[in-house]
Amino acid sequence: MSTHLTPVKVKKDIHQPYLARIIKVLPQIKDHLLFQIKFEDPRIVSSFTYRPGQFVELSVIGSGEAPISISSPPNRHGIIELCVRKIGRVTNALFRLPKNSLVGIRGPYGNGFPIEKLEDNNLLIIAGGLGMAPLRSLLWYALDNRSKFKDIILMFGAKNPDEMLFKYELLKLIDRPDMKCLLTVDKDEEGIWNAYFGVVTKLFDYIHIDPDTTYAALCGPPIMYKFVLKELLERNLSKDRIFMSLERKMKCGVGKCGHCSIGYKYTCIDGPIFTYWDALNLPEMIE
Amino acid sequence: MQILKLDKKNLFDFILSLNNFGEVHAPVKKGDDQFVFSKITDLSSIELEYTRTILPPKKYLHPPNDAIFKFSQKEGYKLLTEELEKKYVIFGIHSCDIYAIKILDLIFAGEFVDDRYFTRRKSTAIIGLDCIPDDKCFCRSMNADFVEDGFDLFLSDIGSSYLVRVGTGRGDDMVCGAKGMFKKVDKKDIAEYKRRSDKKKNLFKVGIELSDLPEIMDLEYESRVWEEIGNECLSCGSCSMVCPTCYCYDVFDEVSLNAESGVRKKQWDSCLFKDYALVAGGHNFRADRSSRVKNRFFHKQRGFVTQYGRPSCVGCGRCIDACPAKINIIEVINKIRGVKL
Repeated sequence: MSTHLTPVKVKKDIHQPYLARIIKVLPQIKDHLLFQIKFEDPRIVSSFTYRPGQFVELSVIGSGEAPISISSPPNRHGIIELCVRKIGRVTNALFRLPKNSLVGIRGPYGNGFPIEKLEDNNLLIIAGGLGMAPLRSLLWYALDNRSKFKDIILMFGAKNPDEMLFKYELLKLIDRPDMKCLLTVDKDEEGIWNAYFGVVTKLFDYIHIDPDTTYAALCGPPIMYKFVLKELLERNLSKDRIFMSLERKMKCGVGKCGHCSIGYKYTCIDGPIFTYWDALNLPEMIE
Repeated sequence: MQILKLDKKNLFDFILSLNNFGEVHAPVKKGDDQFVFSKITDLSSIELEYTRTILPPKKYLHPPNDAIFKFSQKEGYKLLTEELEKKYVIFGIHSCDIYAIKILDLIFAGEFVDDRYFTRRKSTAIIGLDCIPDDKCFCRSMNADFVEDGFDLFLSDIGSSYLVRVGTGRGDDMVCGAKGMFKKVDKKDIAEYKRRSDKKKNLFKVGIELSDLPEIMDLEYESRVWEEIGNECLSCGSCSMVCPTCYCYDVFDEVSLNAESGVRKKQWDSCLFKDYALVAGGHNFRADRSSRVKNRFFHKQRGFVTQYGRPSCVGCGRCIDACPAKINIIEVINKIRGVKL
């Protein structure tokens, strides 16, 4: 057991955020906004790098902190995009902030998707509901680096068109010849939806999976995992080739405060991306 | 390692000389039969034969309440570091608690190093003291009844004097600063140390069998025992507060009345509290008590083995003392093992 005893003068604390400015707020579905954020210090603007699937801790002065996944791809430098749902104390305060307010950002945290591993393979992205928020970073990373991947497939399901995150941006992808963008809704009362209907697993009818060269990336509600995993296993995809982004309560983001433990691991440093194999081998990982 | 001896009649003079290295704290009595680490103003108040303190020495390194930084719309985030370099000498820490500090070191190092913790660690001198186990001590079964490092000095009673192991350069400075008080050990001292060490081994009344415990716990993950304990547990969190290796904390903002500035604080939290895994929107990942109790036992006795090669429990017995529902870790493990009590 080694002891870390090098003398230190505290200049930076692991909990200390950097100041960042909200430069643009783009409306999304009800109670969801996409915040474009830029660090105040230009050195951090240029040094801040991350992997798709990583998250930041966002501080609203006086209200505290919340973990938010990064929705923009790392190759689009300079700003980060956070898709936030108005749900708790911090996010409610964030929605009330005046234009161009300062917030605190620290991170990036978490493991993110192992993009080197995914490259040169088919990429199957499966999202349900708000699960698109972290997966959008991976999707655009792959599309921006199109030659690094074989087939790219997005399967995304929402309750109805009004609850589909990034709807207009994704609808444009349907016509892209170099990928397959399959969007589905459970129902559409207005009768304007002209993509697919039904739960996301129905979309498996329209794709082919080569289990030796495909990686799947999943994020969605627990019920979606249950059915999607079944479909993937039936198509002989190895448990090691299925990556899933999981959610837990988080506070520190740096593997110290204990809140995000699942079994023996911390979601904030060992996750939030786990292979299905990892998930099966840790108690209480999937509810 | 340099090993010397200190005549017991010089002990108080030696402790006085430690003031040059920081504010001296040591175990003193609290109420009728409890002990706490506290600032020493009267040397005779030091309880050399204390059993265990209510709170472990983690309170010096990872304080119950800790303001990390100030913030304001105008000035942004300003670290609060004034307190960190205040020098302490903690006298009289038992082996289990020193072992626990070594475990905290692992937690606060890792991929993201907590400089606040390590600055305090560096500013705090540790002087160990050996002890006689009582009926709740099971440190020997947790391999924490003896430490070979993690202290500046370690004192073991050998009759009319203490055998003193010098663990660090700062410990050596303390020895040099106490002019002429430390002597070389002779053969008789070594024989007496061995005799007492041997005798201590036989004084432990309780213990946990560690070999194959990880496997047993995995096998009993769905055991009804967790539900039974969940029904007894009051979710008060006392066990985690007094635990020398529990480190969970909450992070929150304390805001000024005009809401323009404030302080971000850390505060001890407990995985047994109902809202520990409650996320915004209302979903609670551990809503029922039994899942929280199970998580605590698994993290301590099982999860740590995977992560760090040993349980994080050091067998200090504090949780047994503190639990108002009389949940006893040794009995829980025996139940899991199927041992009839």
